[in-house]
Amino acid sequence: MSDPSTASPPKTLYQKVWDAHTVRDLGGGRTQLLIGTHLIHEVTSPQAFGMLRDAGLGVRMPERTFATVDHIVPTHSLVEPFEDPIADQMIRELRRNTEAHGIELFDVTTGRQGIVHMVGPEQGITQPGTTIACGDSHTSTHGAFGAIAFGIGTSQVRDVLATQTMVMNELKVRRIEVNGTLRPGVYAKDVILHIIKTLGAKGGIGYAYEYAGDVFDAMGMEERMTVCNMSIEGGARCGYVNPDETTFAYLEGRPYAPKGAAWDAAVERWRALASDEGAPYDDVVVIDAADIAPTVTWGINPGQGVSIADPVPDPADAEDAAEATSIREALEHMQLEPGAPIRGRKIDVAFFGSCTNARLSDFLEAARVLEGRTVAPGVEAIAVPGSQWVKAECEKRGIDRIFIDAGFEWRGAGCSMCLAMNPDKLEGDQLCASSSNRNFKGRQGSPTGRTVLMSPVMVMAAAVTGEIADAREVFGAADGVPA
Amino acid sequence: MSALPPIPEVRGTAVVVPGDDIDTDRIIPARFLKCVTFDDLGPALFHDERFEADGTSKGHPLDAPEARGATILISGVNFGSGSSREHAPQSIHKAGFRAIVAGSFAEIFFGNATTLGMPCVTLDADDLAVLKATVASEPATEVVVDVANREVRAGDRVFPATLPDGAHGALLEGRWDPLGDLLAAGDDVERVARDLGYLPAEPGA
Repeated sequence: MSDPSTASPPKTLYQKVWDAHTVRDLGGGRTQLLIGTHLIHEVTSPQAFGMLRDAGLGVRMPERTFATVDHIVPTHSLVEPFEDPIADQMIRELRRNTEAHGIELFDVTTGRQGIVHMVGPEQGITQPGTTIACGDSHTSTHGAFGAIAFGIGTSQVRDVLATQTMVMNELKVRRIEVNGTLRPGVYAKDVILHIIKTLGAKGGIGYAYEYAGDVFDAMGMEERMTVCNMSIEGGARCGYVNPDETTFAYLEGRPYAPKGAAWDAAVERWRALASDEGAPYDDVVVIDAADIAPTVTWGINPGQGVSIADPVPDPADAEDAAEATSIREALEHMQLEPGAPIRGRKIDVAFFGSCTNARLSDFLEAARVLEGRTVAPGVEAIAVPGSQWVKAECEKRGIDRIFIDAGFEWRGAGCSMCLAMNPDKLEGDQLCASSSNRNFKGRQGSPTGRTVLMSPVMVMAAAVTGEIADAREVFGAADGVPA
Repeated sequence: MSALPPIPEVRGTAVVVPGDDIDTDRIIPARFLKCVTFDDLGPALFHDERFEADGTSKGHPLDAPEARGATILISGVNFGSGSSREHAPQSIHKAGFRAIVAGSFAEIFFGNATTLGMPCVTLDADDLAVLKATVASEPATEVVVDVANREVRAGDRVFPATLPDGAHGALLEGRWDPLGDLLAAGDDVERVARDLGYLPAEPGA
């Protein structure tokens, strides 16, 4: 084989992975794309298995399909049958379908269950250069490994089950470079909230986001997952970070990672996947890390964000009538006054969980600032590890005690109050400081409930003060902020 | 797979759901995702926007008497953002809608709707505003979403519409549900899988 660096023009990782997985052109820009890894869960797969049965079709690559339960699973008790009979039925349906087709299920009894986007990486199933699909929009998370990972609908879950392929239109690629060093007290969540605030909730439509530059190079895998997770909140179908030594070190030794000589061959293959020097991009955005502050949302989509020290917008300052209407609707739902600070608003609930921020590193960071403090009176605080592995690891290290002693409820693994499909829900117009990914109206289970998205450390600051707070002021040196 | 009917146009009365960034949580709240089929999702459409907790109407446009029987839904930019839940376009379809006109669509939603044979076309901002005003003032106006000619007509007005080539061709050729095309690839899937280096040599079990 000739040396690819001289033989072919420079390409992005996206282009290399796309080309390698292209089965055929279906015309009109539609491509039949091979999906290397298919992840399924209990909420968007039963209808797809039903469609397969109706069509008399089987599962094409059951050994490349992996299942877990996360969306609907209760986090307070795993005693079966579950209190919610429909939740119980959906989980039994997943068990039946995976058993019938020979698909591995990381069930609640395995110690390996959790939010699907945590289980894939933990098990070493998520690997560089692969295509991944899952009936959940936050599948973009897996891009942290240099995979191209798409959230899909249920009919596409059917397509991937039946054929291991699906139809996709090729995306443009936007490189988002964040250079320099993050200020103390600024986390991966702040970086992605800042990016979405800057480019807008629909700014990424038609794009894959490539995250590059000093800040992502320096991030650990779990931080990269936080960033890639919210690509979809910026409208981008997927987002990725080029694989590097950090990626390989994370994967080595995990259950589904290659072993021995196969490992060495895989690393060599993965190394060659990173975007080439001089690769063409459809757009490049450069951000200075020093401009990023702890960021929270003030509105009803993740693009409506603000630095914690800044006031929320005033519709009178909007660029056009449509923006003014959007701001007015959001302020009204959130019960905020135009131009007022969001800092200092009283909270009712602190939710620490979700596929954005419920990994071990999130718990270590949060525990560091929470230790020795207590949740403010009147605040309902729940901590929901994203997976059984994270929960067990926290308990091994005594981190559960820090949360319990502070007044948090310590829960089992699942999506929980991120989307409120299980019993964890806001009530009435409660205001929730949340480490999750969506602040849509009604998202956390009450039509009038209010969600403010922020990093786990900022959730801790809100929990202990009882209000939306600047964690740097609340925790000072414990948050790495110089006196 | 049997051939699907081509969808050259959708014709009927329309209803306007005002606002931009209408996310799929609003279209169908998560609690309605507790189902193992999509059959009963119609009444859940925009549920919490339409009804108070006690079931009384909030006066949503979908519940206006003149909205009865509407087959075309009109909204703003970034329609269908957020969750990948196919329950969202399924609930719109099961509630009787057969086409959506908006300023722009979130991509997962667009793909999910197209797979159901429900065309999603976009108009530029000025035309969309005129269309909304026309439907608001004359709800009985017949609106035509002309897939073949990529235009939307309302009364004597004609608006150029955008519909990407892939969806355009798929709707006109009766290939909007792609499963038949995907199954027809045959050995190409094995060939690509073999060359990737990370998939099993003998796929399938």
